[in-house]
Amino acid sequence: MTLLDQFQLFLKAQGWPEWAYYTVPALAGIVVIIGVVLAAVIVYIWWERRFVARIQIRLGPNRCGPEGIFQPIATAVKILLKEDIVPANADKVLHFIAPIVVFVPILMIFAVVPFDRGAILVDLNVGIVYVIAISSISVIGIFTASWASGNKYSFISGLRSISQMVSYEIPVVLSIVGVVLMTGSFSMIKIVEAQTVPFILLQPLGFLLFFMGALAEMNRSPFDLLEADSEIVAGYHLEYSGMKFAMFYLGEYGMALAYSAVITTVFLSGWQGPFLPGVIWFLVKVMLVFSVIVWIRSMMPRMRVDQLMSFAWKAMLPMALINLLVIAVEVLVIPSLQWLMLIINFGLAAVLILLFSRIFTLGGGRVEV
Amino acid sequence: MRLTLDGEVITDVEPIVGYLHRGIEKLAETRTYTQIIPLTDRLDYLASMTNNVAYCMAVEKLGGIKVPERAEYLRVIISEMIRISSHLMAIGSFLNDCGAFFTPLLYMWREREKILDMCDMISGQRLLYNFMRVGGLSQDVPAEFITSVKKFVAEMPRYIDEYNQLVKENEVFLARSKGVGILPKETAIAIGASGPVLRASGMKWDVRKMDPYSVYDRFDFEVPTGQNGDCYDRYWVRILEMTQSLRIMEQALAQLPAKGPICADVPQFFTLPAGEVYGYIEAPKGNLGFYIVSDGSIAPYRLHIYPPTLINITAFADMVKGWKVADLILTFGSMDVVLGEIDR
Repeated sequence: MTLLDQFQLFLKAQGWPEWAYYTVPALAGIVVIIGVVLAAVIVYIWWERRFVARIQIRLGPNRCGPEGIFQPIATAVKILLKEDIVPANADKVLHFIAPIVVFVPILMIFAVVPFDRGAILVDLNVGIVYVIAISSISVIGIFTASWASGNKYSFISGLRSISQMVSYEIPVVLSIVGVVLMTGSFSMIKIVEAQTVPFILLQPLGFLLFFMGALAEMNRSPFDLLEADSEIVAGYHLEYSGMKFAMFYLGEYGMALAYSAVITTVFLSGWQGPFLPGVIWFLVKVMLVFSVIVWIRSMMPRMRVDQLMSFAWKAMLPMALINLLVIAVEVLVIPSLQWLMLIINFGLAAVLILLFSRIFTLGGGRVEV
Repeated sequence: MRLTLDGEVITDVEPIVGYLHRGIEKLAETRTYTQIIPLTDRLDYLASMTNNVAYCMAVEKLGGIKVPERAEYLRVIISEMIRISSHLMAIGSFLNDCGAFFTPLLYMWREREKILDMCDMISGQRLLYNFMRVGGLSQDVPAEFITSVKKFVAEMPRYIDEYNQLVKENEVFLARSKGVGILPKETAIAIGASGPVLRASGMKWDVRKMDPYSVYDRFDFEVPTGQNGDCYDRYWVRILEMTQSLRIMEQALAQLPAKGPICADVPQFFTLPAGEVYGYIEAPKGNLGFYIVSDGSIAPYRLHIYPPTLINITAFADMVKGWKVADLILTFGSMDVVLGEIDR
């Protein structure tokens, strides 16, 4: 029974009218989720800036409040006060809608993320499928933004976004299927409860594939081709300013937060952990995943667009398929011997990664013109 | 630069230069020989010491001015220091163009900052030094300069190792830079390329070795070369050159005369005998030459600057055609372009 159900029962016992004890808890839940997500995004932005600064031997923002924690708020206020500029040859309507289409699905992902035992807005029985489906909507928003801006740099970014995100969706989904096979359910809560041993240990290869795919999905380095600042200036949000830019900015970090939460739930056993309350464990794990993302961002050069595609189709897809096959066989033959699965899957990951690093090479890429 | 694209593939490149044109060559005709030195600062503003040296050496060559020993050694030390600083900037911004989100750049700026501090120590400036004079230096270096250069030379190899750990074998970096933006040896020679760009294409040519000026013939150093002439080789040649520069600095520090004049006896206004001269040195970016035509007055009749970057960049369109947009940025970064030098 989730917290919302309890709230509903409580309202029922208080004698509230029937329409109210359905709508009030739902609205309350939505408001809480949006509040928590926005607050978390602000903490995230602060953490990324400070953490990257530490990696880059500098201090980072440290003037605004203790350790600069209020800097993102100052930034947000600054962005909101800026003039909202719509380019002359932009498609006005689409230009307005695009940031919303990017941002809203990211908030919707959090509806099915369990923050703690029972702390979930809706326990959908197809939770993980819902996450994958909803997160794909952002692509449409990004492409709309790039098209509506009427700018050639933005348009290149839009073309890249479609190919990149659609390609990386496939290994992401296939690596999730491995988890679903072991769990036997799409529900996020069931997935967490099934992890007596975190799936990162049982399916290391699946985790790596999902993590890399997630990096590509959220446009993080080394796959941040959509906003490659040295190549196409800022990509799809080049022509945006003020509130609309803030939506993209929040969207980018919201997406990172959402994927960190999904990785935590699916591979790092969610809220489970000894001693501490579940929600603390959840936040710690989310922060850990996010820190790894930031770490990679500050350390990796960017890939090229054709290398990106060939990496998805020639390396990640076959690996994901082999991984899925092996896990399916394991689930059929040795469903209860988890230690054996662990050994086999670690061996599989090592062999496949070594094999693919030998036979798969990036590079080249010249076309005769 | 005007690009024609087919999707992501570059079909045509047309460099458009001239936005930073300041008419330095024309301005020089109305200035005395000493007043031209600050103008040369503004050519390759990331290595303005070597610009000063190149110009002063051309004037000295025509005027037959003998530079004191101590000044020659200090010029060498300072030039090599600036070479390291310029290469650090080149590699850092190259990696940044690669998409490395400022981390390598900031690590390299840490050492560049030390060099800038040392330049500040001797000239009071951090970017445009205006330090060299015809016949030597404008003033003697303070004692703590020598100490801090010694400290820098001792520390720097460890930092170079650190850069190598950071990026040298990064898989993405290798995939992006190896085999990309190839400048074949023949083309490099044909266009008259010089500096690290030429050496990365496999041509062992360095003015310091081939036509030793100043006191470079007294030092033992090597000329690193690459094989393929791709972006990676240009990056790697610069790293190796920094090590060689450190070697030269170390030897120069050991041989540096402790005392002595730092400038020949050259008056503030002086005339050169009528005639022509071409003086050139190995600047961080390549073969930097000054061609001076003198009519015997206190100002040159004509001053022409032979900028390495402009020459190196002439083959650029052929290097990037058929590659992707991302490769263009990378190749451009690996050429180490400073626009102040392209548009004089």
